[in-house]
Amino acid sequence: MFKIVSKRCLTPNICEMKVLAPKVAASAQPGQFIIVRTDEEGERIPLTVCDYDREAGTVTIVTQAIGISSNKICEMNEGDSFVDFAGPLGRPTDLMDLPAEELKKKKILFVAGGVGTAPVYPQVKWLHEQGVEADVIIGAKTKDIFTYVDEMRGVGNVYLCTDDGSEGFHGMVTGLMEKLIGEGKQYDHCVIIGPMIMMKFAAMTTKKYGIPTMVSLNALMVDGTGMCGACRVTVGGETKFTCVDGPEFDGHKVDFDEAMRRQNMYREHKKTNPETHKCKCNG
Amino acid sequence: MANKIPRVPVREQDPKVRATNFDEVCYGYNAEEAALEASRCLNCPRPRCVNKCPVHIDIPGFIKHIVDGDLAGAAATIHNDSSLPSVCGRVCPQESQCEGDCVLGIKGEPVAIGKLERFVGDWAIENADKLEQPSIRPNGKRVAVVGSGPAGLACASDLARAGYEVKIFEALHKVGGVLVYGIPEFRLPKDRIVAKEVEAVKRLGVEIEPDVIIGRTMTVDDLLDHEGFDAVFVGSGAGLPRFMGIPGENLNGVYSANEFLTRANLMKAYDERYDTPIYAGRKVVVVGGGNVAMDAVRTAKRLGADSVIVYRRSEAELPARVEEVHHAKQEGIDFQMLTNPTAITGDEKGWVNGIKCVRMELGEPDESGRRSPVKVEGSDFNIDCDVVIMALGTSPNPLIKSTTKGLDTNRKGCIVADEEGRTSREGVFAGGDAVTGAATVILAMGAGRKAAKAIDEYLKGKA
Repeated sequence: MFKIVSKRCLTPNICEMKVLAPKVAASAQPGQFIIVRTDEEGERIPLTVCDYDREAGTVTIVTQAIGISSNKICEMNEGDSFVDFAGPLGRPTDLMDLPAEELKKKKILFVAGGVGTAPVYPQVKWLHEQGVEADVIIGAKTKDIFTYVDEMRGVGNVYLCTDDGSEGFHGMVTGLMEKLIGEGKQYDHCVIIGPMIMMKFAAMTTKKYGIPTMVSLNALMVDGTGMCGACRVTVGGETKFTCVDGPEFDGHKVDFDEAMRRQNMYREHKKTNPETHKCKCNG
Repeated sequence: MANKIPRVPVREQDPKVRATNFDEVCYGYNAEEAALEASRCLNCPRPRCVNKCPVHIDIPGFIKHIVDGDLAGAAATIHNDSSLPSVCGRVCPQESQCEGDCVLGIKGEPVAIGKLERFVGDWAIENADKLEQPSIRPNGKRVAVVGSGPAGLACASDLARAGYEVKIFEALHKVGGVLVYGIPEFRLPKDRIVAKEVEAVKRLGVEIEPDVIIGRTMTVDDLLDHEGFDAVFVGSGAGLPRFMGIPGENLNGVYSANEFLTRANLMKAYDERYDTPIYAGRKVVVVGGGNVAMDAVRTAKRLGADSVIVYRRSEAELPARVEEVHHAKQEGIDFQMLTNPTAITGDEKGWVNGIKCVRMELGEPDESGRRSPVKVEGSDFNIDCDVVIMALGTSPNPLIKSTTKGLDTNRKGCIVADEEGRTSREGVFAGGDAVTGAATVILAMGAGRKAAKAIDEYLKGKA
């Protein structure tokens, strides 16, 4: 059993949990994911690692309540335990393979959207620890649903944008990307994590400017170890498994339309439709 | 004369009824039936059945105990060589192993060795308290086993009996490997049989930790260098599914058999109380002819779909166990033999709506000795369906290879190991599907046992 040592709600339906899992915490790297199961009847749910504390033995996960299982996760509280918390899975982000001198020369842009902001954090934090300050664009529909902004400000240069103009740049992440580049910012590496549709259009923008781009895919999975192939995705015309070949892929080569279609495979065939979790943590 | 008794038939669930549930198909023998069937054994002085058993169970020995009414003795005899008799009695291809060489089979029906083994195994599960535990003298050495499937369980059992402290690391949340994620409940009950035989392995002192992915959570090098293990056995199986590479394989509604079966077996998706979804639609086409294909097609049938097997050779070449093919036919599975898919078609929303096929005919034998299928020109046709399941075999997971220093693998990604399971890396042994590619439960167990012997020799030599 894997105990939730702390929980806080970031928005009414996004919660952050620190989970005691010393073996996972000891080996987790930015870019990797874990698989959780809430109970004996539960699904195996992949979640990107959002932070880890090797000394405390904890791993941080952030979940948005959208389906049966993510609702079950968000209903859990401090002191409750997951029956399973397995990982880390997938490959660490490519940035970690670069030699230190080369990494220091890189001008890196992160583009984060929605619940994808939290998984960007460990990468930006890791770069910060290597002495690399990255720019981070965080996009949201409106200012009330921003997550991880303060954390991110501690480790990178943050630029905010909202669809409704309630905070920061008025517009989508692609608009803010264009603006920053238009103002003379130069980037030679970009990492985009967020909803599939946002990653598709943000990757089209970086392609236009010739900026090498990685995206982190949140495909459907069962085992998460390469066994089932549910997470297959077409990258540059080849079929890849998100769980073992990814989760990060070249954003200019991913077939996003297929990936989005496959992500919705069970939307029409799910077992029951749950009530969406509404956070009660903050009263 | 004893051998004039006909083979005792085994009771089974009615095919029409069982095609709608996940309960076990075969009921097995009761005590009277087992005793009668056991009395058919000639107790050959040089038993050919034992030679054909990959773990060399003393078959006439345990059958003699059944005849004598000493079921504890029968169980102890089998347990000397196998920790999974209830599993093997259900899933071994007996017709090509022990029963295939039974003398009685020359003129009539062989002794139902598999059904007798199952009877003894099930009795041992029910009567665990009546069994004597082997006395084990700990030798102070520690061995890590990667994977809790048949190879790992067999290796761990033998090592534990020899006095080693054994710890198995399992990547999934349940113990048993292919026994829990691959083979369906209706062929091998999970809680009643698999979990119980795993319990028996634990009673030997073997520790099992789930949710640990060797190659990610820890590496083989970590186990040897930091975790204090003196040797490692890799029995990580062949989990990576293959696809055909034909158009349409990424449409919604195309599964690997691994995914379909994992959803049904490991995640119990067929049971409304479990959250994991599974979709079979109205009609399912399964591509392949092995045991996994039979398991997938019969699972689809039980989920309410019209279910079809598409196989490129003829029925004689079907690699599945004869019993599985027979059961599938009884349950109303449509067998389209000498048929090969060329493309999967989809609707405007990207969901499968059919599979294009061609008819085949058998040509010259290939390197496997089987006549290779050749396309019949102009025989293209279409099968309407909602789901396509690819059951084309599996390859070993590359995770261990890519994270273990100095571990050689071959072109197919299989770990290179000698007959005794020694790999290119000192202290690292391997066996089962991780070495051979997808094969059978019992061959994996045989490999696990050989490796246990080699590990014992290696560690005794080091001391």
